[in-house]
Amino acid sequence: MSTRVQLEIFEGPLDLLLHLIKKNEVSITDIPIATITEQYLATLDLMQSFNLDVAGEFLVMAATLIHIKSRELLPGGNEEPDEDEGVDPRAELVRRLLEYQRYKEAAAELEQREVLTRDVFVRATAAVEEAGPREFREVSVFELLGALKRVIDRLPKDIAHEVTLEKITVREKMTMLLDRLRNESRVIFEALFAEVKSRMEIVVTFLAMLELVKVRAIRISQDAPGGEIVIEAAAGMEEAAELVVLDEAEEKQDGA
Amino acid sequence: MERDELKSIIESLLFVADGPQTLHRIGEVLDPVDRPAIQGVLTELQAEYESQNRGVRLVEVAGGYQLRTAKASADWVKKFLGGRPARMGKATLETLAIVAYRQPITKAEVEAIRGVDVDGVITTLLERNLIRAVARKDVPGRPFLYGTTPEFLQLFNLKDLAHLPTLKEMEEISLPEIPGEAFPIDHLEES
Repeated sequence: MSTRVQLEIFEGPLDLLLHLIKKNEVSITDIPIATITEQYLATLDLMQSFNLDVAGEFLVMAATLIHIKSRELLPGGNEEPDEDEGVDPRAELVRRLLEYQRYKEAAAELEQREVLTRDVFVRATAAVEEAGPREFREVSVFELLGALKRVIDRLPKDIAHEVTLEKITVREKMTMLLDRLRNESRVIFEALFAEVKSRMEIVVTFLAMLELVKVRAIRISQDAPGGEIVIEAAAGMEEAAELVVLDEAEEKQDGA
Repeated sequence: MERDELKSIIESLLFVADGPQTLHRIGEVLDPVDRPAIQGVLTELQAEYESQNRGVRLVEVAGGYQLRTAKASADWVKKFLGGRPARMGKATLETLAIVAYRQPITKAEVEAIRGVDVDGVITTLLERNLIRAVARKDVPGRPFLYGTTPEFLQLFNLKDLAHLPTLKEMEEISLPEIPGEAFPIDHLEES
């Protein structure tokens, strides 16, 4: 048996425990704690002897098992819950095992369904259109500004009294754009401004977009000169999104 | 429009369609044919493919209708397409199941259930577009709340989330208890 197999068998401490419980043909709700703890620790030893990096979670569980075992060795320790601890560690472990097992079974049921590209297939989609990866080119700043001008020109001309003072920050727009990209994966430049009503909001939206390009959260490209400008999520979007949130929190703190 | 003609047109639409098509979308194209008529034809087509044991089937998936190959041809189709393995690891599948049943759910909540770190798995699922961030939880750190995507429904041939296999009750799962040693389960339900 290779060391790899060991790692793949147990997804985590709960998985290993369920395996031991099944192997010993006992019930989750009635774990012979001494036996299971012994076997659990032996498995950990085995993993370590294979030079496997035993994850911290496994060790935490080992501590929990030993804790439960020691409690039950004490006279009457099994009966009355320790008031200092609040939750009975054994009851908590049983609850976690039952819950984990529940989703493990749900996962197994999902796997038995007719899985796309394993059991059933759909027609190779859009074979004509996307025969190869589409050639995208970078959009120049001038093209972006040109597109921005077209958006501004599209605004109704008769805004005589722009009195409502909307407070939309660049950062809020960044968050909105990120949320949108999570749902749609790609957004056409013009569509970004579809519901924008004021010149100020257009500029704020545009700045938010540039800011996101800078932190590599999004990518702006175009399939042909003068073609549609497409905004897409880049590989680092989620990390960048976290940063946006952090900055936002900082900003609020500074303002307070 | 004759019913046969309607059926033929709908079949053509489904053939060229990219992804599951809603009744609404088909209705828009076939305007002014009414929805019950289209629905009737779809049901009829579905039954025909089935009863004639055809190589394609019309399935209701992710809120729409889609032509898919028959399960019986899977091995040949795979061979024909070059057999890309589409296996999903246990960790990925478990995490996906937890997100599916408990959505919207944060990464930390998934980790609490699985008892292990799910950072990498969540990234994989996001990349495969099977889950997405749907909101932020109103707790310190404002973590993302994740939910499943239409692609998830397509992958597991699900009409909608209501058609997920019923999650077993905790009691049902527990093995037969040893008399006298039974653990008080109702006590556990509190948390």
